[in-house]
Amino acid sequence: MSTIISVKGLTKYYGNLLAVDHVTFNVFEGEIFGFLGPNGAGKTTTIKMLTGLTYPSDGTAIIGGYDLLKEIRLIKGIVGVVPEYSNLYSELSVEENLKFMAHLYHVRGERLNQRVDQLLKLFRLQDYRNISFGKLSRGLKRRVTLAAALVHNPKILFLDEPTTGLDVISARNLRRLLEDLRGQGITIFLTTHYIEEAEQLCDRVAIIVKGRLVALDTVESLRKVVGDAQILEVMFKSRVDKAKLTEYFNGEIVSFHGDRVRIICKDFGEMVEKMLKFSKTFNFEISSINTVKPTLEDAFVKLTGIESSWMLLEKGVK
Amino acid sequence: MMRLNLLIDEFEGLLHIILKDLKAYYFKPPNISWGILFPLVLALAFTLKSPMASRELAPGLVATAALFGTTSMEAIVVTFEKRVKALERLIMAPISLLTLLIAKILGGVIFGFMISSIMVMISILILNCSIMDPILFLTALLLTLFALSSLGALIAFSVKEVFEAQTLSNYFRFPMLFLSGVFLPVNSMPLPLQIVAWIFPLTYSVEAFKISMSGLSTSTYPTIDLLVLLGYSLLLTYLSLIAIRKSLK
Repeated sequence: MSTIISVKGLTKYYGNLLAVDHVTFNVFEGEIFGFLGPNGAGKTTTIKMLTGLTYPSDGTAIIGGYDLLKEIRLIKGIVGVVPEYSNLYSELSVEENLKFMAHLYHVRGERLNQRVDQLLKLFRLQDYRNISFGKLSRGLKRRVTLAAALVHNPKILFLDEPTTGLDVISARNLRRLLEDLRGQGITIFLTTHYIEEAEQLCDRVAIIVKGRLVALDTVESLRKVVGDAQILEVMFKSRVDKAKLTEYFNGEIVSFHGDRVRIICKDFGEMVEKMLKFSKTFNFEISSINTVKPTLEDAFVKLTGIESSWMLLEKGVK
Repeated sequence: MMRLNLLIDEFEGLLHIILKDLKAYYFKPPNISWGILFPLVLALAFTLKSPMASRELAPGLVATAALFGTTSMEAIVVTFEKRVKALERLIMAPISLLTLLIAKILGGVIFGFMISSIMVMISILILNCSIMDPILFLTALLLTLFALSSLGALIAFSVKEVFEAQTLSNYFRFPMLFLSGVFLPVNSMPLPLQIVAWIFPLTYSVEAFKISMSGLSTSTYPTIDLLVLLGYSLLLTYLSLIAIRKSLK
């Protein structure tokens, strides 16, 4: 597989704050590359540097054969960007927005009209072509924003938290679209803090925490980071006190998944015993105990050491 | 050939950013009605106050229309796009930052030209003024609009919020309005104020409008007025470009 993005020592300071710390990685042509990390980890800043929205403080990148520091204009011509927010023009209609973007990316003449019609059809937006962008629902806005990023047939598509704020169905439809785009040979660079999304979509995942890359591999290989350890998954009959549980299992890697609790453990028997003791002491009745296959989230928790409660906050779970 | 293609690409980007801005922001009904009402009310206010002197005030009124026409909307457009992050779309597009900046400046120039033209029509049709040197007048008007629009761009790209842009604009607009010879000839002001007046680009605009509209004697030569306005246009455009680049650091 050939490398389409080669990042070397990319660094960004905002004043004294180190947002991205000498990040180095490669993205292969035609893959979906996930950039995973909590909010403020440096994901968006990395995308901003790679797309010319902010200058790197140090380091460089070669994108599609062009040097980030010297040939940013050429890079801009071969990449499409879907920012975290849908920032097209509220006053313009869907069609006008797409045509404006096409003009900005130098798509001209009959090709322009053909491409706009093609994208309206692909994203099932024909019925909305004359509706102002500002009047669309969030899900439709995401679709138009994605269509706008593809208007010039980019080689690489950068997506920053593409499904944030979308309902389940819109998010699923968007993921399907991304898989279709990968099928068309477009390289996709995706940032997300939804671990399941990265697990489901990405060929390879880089994990970034506090501006530093802590892991980069295929999802399968990252899962192996959990190693010989087993995952104990417990469901309680009533809502468990997360603070109490975390305190009780202090030193263990605990994560919460809805009404389930997962603990990475070396000695399964010992951990079950400890769990039963916890249940009895604090009167939280257990409804089931299982062992489960390690997920990317388990690997993420183990690699980053980020507390499970923090991850939950990232997902908006109270 | 490659360079020509590059120029065509830049021109295309420039043109479509201007068209988009005009459609999405400038030519909205409330702005058009403001654009018509503002010069009308301004002219009416001075005509009622002093009917005989209104002809002499006409060059100053055109300059005032140019000042408010360019800086008011442009600052709102740029800061609004910054706030909703729509400006990022333009920065990420394969066009130079200079092209993006000039497109934004020209948006202000076009809107300012519309408002100034209404004021010129009022001056000719109601205040009985005439334009004795149309070429000088048009050149001075265009350079004035470009210089003031560049000032608007510099302010807008240097701040974050719409209200900051408006407040900062007023720090420049109101001193210019009172000291640039709009209401009172510069040479009749106390010396310290005269020195300040000659710093402002609008002073040179008023001088050029005076001589081209009514042949009134002025304190400067028209060529100097035009050169100063050109100098301000280039300087403020350059400073605006630095402000954009700084925002990307």
